[in-house]
Amino acid sequence: MSAAEPEITDALVASHGLKPDEYARFVALLGRTPSFTELGIVSAMWNEHCSYKSSRIHLRKLPTSAPWVIQGPGENAGVIDIGDGLACVFKMESHNHPSFIEPYQGAGTGVGGILRDVFTMGARPVACLNFLRFGAPDHPKTRHLVAGVVAGIGGYGNSFGVPTVGGSVGFHKRYDGNILVNAMAVGIARADEIFYAKATGVGNPIVYLGSKTGRDGIHGATMASAAFEADAEEKRPTVQVGDPFAEKLLLEACLELMASGAVIAIQDMGAAGLTSSAVEMGAKGDLGIELDLDAVPCRETGMTAYEMMLSESQERMLMVLHPEKAAIAEAIFRKWGLDFAAIGKTTDDLRFVVKRHGKVMADLPIKELGDQAPAYDRPWIATPKQPILSAPDIAPPMSNHDALLKLVASPDLCSKRWVYEQYDSLILGNTIEGPGGDAAVVRLGDGPKGLALTTDATPRYCEADPVEGGKQAVAEAWRNLIAVGARPLALTDNLNFGNPEKPEAMGQFVGCLAGIGEAARALDFPIVSGNVSLYNETMGAGILPTPAIGGVGLVDDVAKAATIAFKSAGEAVLLVGGAGTWLGRSAYLETICGREEGAPPPVDLVAERRNGQFVFALIRAGRLTAVHDISDGGLAVALAEMAVAGRLGAHIDAGAPDGAGHDFLFGEDQGRYVVAAQAAQAAAIVDEAKAAGVAVQRLGTTGGDALTLPGEAPILLADLATAFESWLPAFMAGPQREIA
Amino acid sequence: MRAAVILFPGSNREGDVARALHQASGVRPPILRHDEVDLPARTDLVVLPGGFAYGDYLRCGAIAARAPIMDAVRAHARRGGLVLGVCNGFQVLCEAGLLPGILMRNADLRFICRMQHLRVENNRTRYSNAYALGQVVKVAIAHGEGNYVADSATIERLEDAGRVAFRYCDAAGKVGGLANPNGSTHDIAGIYSEGFNVLGLMPHPENLIDPLIGGVDGRGLFASLMAA
Repeated sequence: MSAAEPEITDALVASHGLKPDEYARFVALLGRTPSFTELGIVSAMWNEHCSYKSSRIHLRKLPTSAPWVIQGPGENAGVIDIGDGLACVFKMESHNHPSFIEPYQGAGTGVGGILRDVFTMGARPVACLNFLRFGAPDHPKTRHLVAGVVAGIGGYGNSFGVPTVGGSVGFHKRYDGNILVNAMAVGIARADEIFYAKATGVGNPIVYLGSKTGRDGIHGATMASAAFEADAEEKRPTVQVGDPFAEKLLLEACLELMASGAVIAIQDMGAAGLTSSAVEMGAKGDLGIELDLDAVPCRETGMTAYEMMLSESQERMLMVLHPEKAAIAEAIFRKWGLDFAAIGKTTDDLRFVVKRHGKVMADLPIKELGDQAPAYDRPWIATPKQPILSAPDIAPPMSNHDALLKLVASPDLCSKRWVYEQYDSLILGNTIEGPGGDAAVVRLGDGPKGLALTTDATPRYCEADPVEGGKQAVAEAWRNLIAVGARPLALTDNLNFGNPEKPEAMGQFVGCLAGIGEAARALDFPIVSGNVSLYNETMGAGILPTPAIGGVGLVDDVAKAATIAFKSAGEAVLLVGGAGTWLGRSAYLETICGREEGAPPPVDLVAERRNGQFVFALIRAGRLTAVHDISDGGLAVALAEMAVAGRLGAHIDAGAPDGAGHDFLFGEDQGRYVVAAQAAQAAAIVDEAKAAGVAVQRLGTTGGDALTLPGEAPILLADLATAFESWLPAFMAGPQREIA
Repeated sequence: MRAAVILFPGSNREGDVARALHQASGVRPPILRHDEVDLPARTDLVVLPGGFAYGDYLRCGAIAARAPIMDAVRAHARRGGLVLGVCNGFQVLCEAGLLPGILMRNADLRFICRMQHLRVENNRTRYSNAYALGQVVKVAIAHGEGNYVADSATIERLEDAGRVAFRYCDAAGKVGGLANPNGSTHDIAGIYSEGFNVLGLMPHPENLIDPLIGGVDGRGLFASLMAA
């Protein structure tokens, strides 16, 4: 091994994030002391981000199959059959730590990475979504982070040329030191032309494609596998720099290359770059890999084997090609102005050999690098149950009229127009429904089918009761897909949690996962891809447990997709799923009463499914004119959003029970919808619901320029819209300074 | 009407505009790469699509304006041929010297994507005769650098010669204030060349050709061209 490499010491091992017992395991595997390059390689493979060592045993319990699942977790992205010979390829992934350190590049490369995961499988990306959580609005870094993350997501996606059609944005002080940036990409491929990472054949060329390798992002995955301390800012060099222009060229070149029949296996260089991609291709194919790093296109001179193996430079791919078609492949890449270099070959000895300047810098058993990674059954303790709060015990501090105006102007529930207007949501000309509704709807080609897409989670529920919170995240995603008239098919999850070495945080993870699994089973909504992001902790304080769910559904005819907007006056407004009763952990309790307390609303998965199927059938039959699920802020906020979106008021006269009525209006009981239908239809729908065992009651009638809640003064739509639209632009404009 | 769409590396709305041309004419236009040197024989209309040609690195459109195919585009324009530049294409036309002025960063320094109303300022061109004069149309905008700027003599010349094609306005046709999304001088959304054969505009009429997706107000531009 090279004499120029530093000597392996305990301190060096520790600085690579390896625990002493993990290092001992590695030495035992090798039968000798590793070289510096080998230490780097194993640290990249065995960190939490790449090895899922704390989460693996729990992830195995999730339901991942269904007749329409083509590929579940374990590849670059999940794949489902959507009929007509087409497959939908999708995944969500986090870029939390990089985005906190350098929001523009961190968020941008998060988008770039997930897009690569999708087109690596042979799919053309058709939509992006995201799930964002920031710290408290009054935290000094929040505005800076919001501005940078949003610009970064837009800067990458807009240039790459894929519409960003939906997402979720929220704020809470528990994200002050650790924001969440989860990006989801969705692509379409021929169902029989999916590409995988598994290498085949001995002696086949391994080809490097795309941008050159630089020193950016070294140890990015390791950084993402540790908690932040006060020096987070100093980790900026571990953040990668994105080049969406190069990625757009890479997309076109890869798809053209795949169509040429030259590709045996393909893997993008994401976390842990060349190391992870090469090992994965070899290990999956039961083959060894030999790389000659002298052939790797480099952006900087004098890069060592260690640096090249750990660089996370963006917009790079690794492929195994049919040798006889390598020349065709090279011509395609040259045409697109991208680097193309044969840097190694597959071998039959199951070794991962890395050479630099003629010397062997690493010689490792390739299967064991992945298979023998540590797996931990970390100790965990269940989150204690919270008391169930009784609504009559919660005194309303203001009128329901004022509470609604305050809720729609609150950071979490206000319009996110300021954010989503910075994303190109219209490119490709297939965005039937863009941001701002329950789920986005993207037409497939010239139709009539379309995909429905959503991202959801309610972290405050997960904090109070991880199991119910996990169930709720899945149920809400499922419900949002139903609400546009889609058949929910599958989901991707992005599991953002704190430090798994703390039993409380590990208990949140285990609990949420149990809930996710239970709901996914009950709703036939399998998990086909995902990402685990642990160590979301700064200075010892963890984030709210946040299992973001990205749901995908299929709309048979996009012309029949439902939207939230009220359409015309005189229509019946109906409540599906029963009256609101539950104020524990509600937005009302938090925003209006200033209390974050109590058990969250339970999720009755049988009722969820029954109510959803009832609404779905009505949409399919064209009998509903507007549909909205009831979630944060309850019935009143749902009604407000429908009225503002349709610029049409409603008079809600029925249904107010005795008492304050705040539970009826703001309760967050699950499995519910507000729908509108032609008045003549209303009685029949109520009757059919009764027969189906679904609670449906008539609330009132659309019309006018105000929303009138039972027993309250009318709220002018103009006032409602102003409250809804003003908070975020005003917040982002910042305090107005006097100029002397 | 024989159309051809130019594909620079980083263009990304070539498919959208090709779809609109196909819808209007029944013919799929050929897509030409930036490194070609000739237009197909008897090309009537060249379209420079939206996107981020060459990553918009250096300056939007600056590198694309010097791509090999652009000599042929300039020659085509000199002969009076039709050249349409949409969004990034407009920026390329300005950088290529085919239209005056320049597109600067939006006044609030943010990318903006939304539905936007335009007022048809001149309906006596081959791009606009399917619209009524003063008609308010709804199209999409999606740009970070759409703030049209030129010196006052140029603006005056454009105004006097009726070369302002479209102006940003509100749903009622009123210009100014919040109806101007990017700070553009005189609310200018698009301009013609002296011979009215070259049109550059920031908005995307090609994304408003479908009743399910925002409406069909963009069709008028393509219908005008097909009748030209």
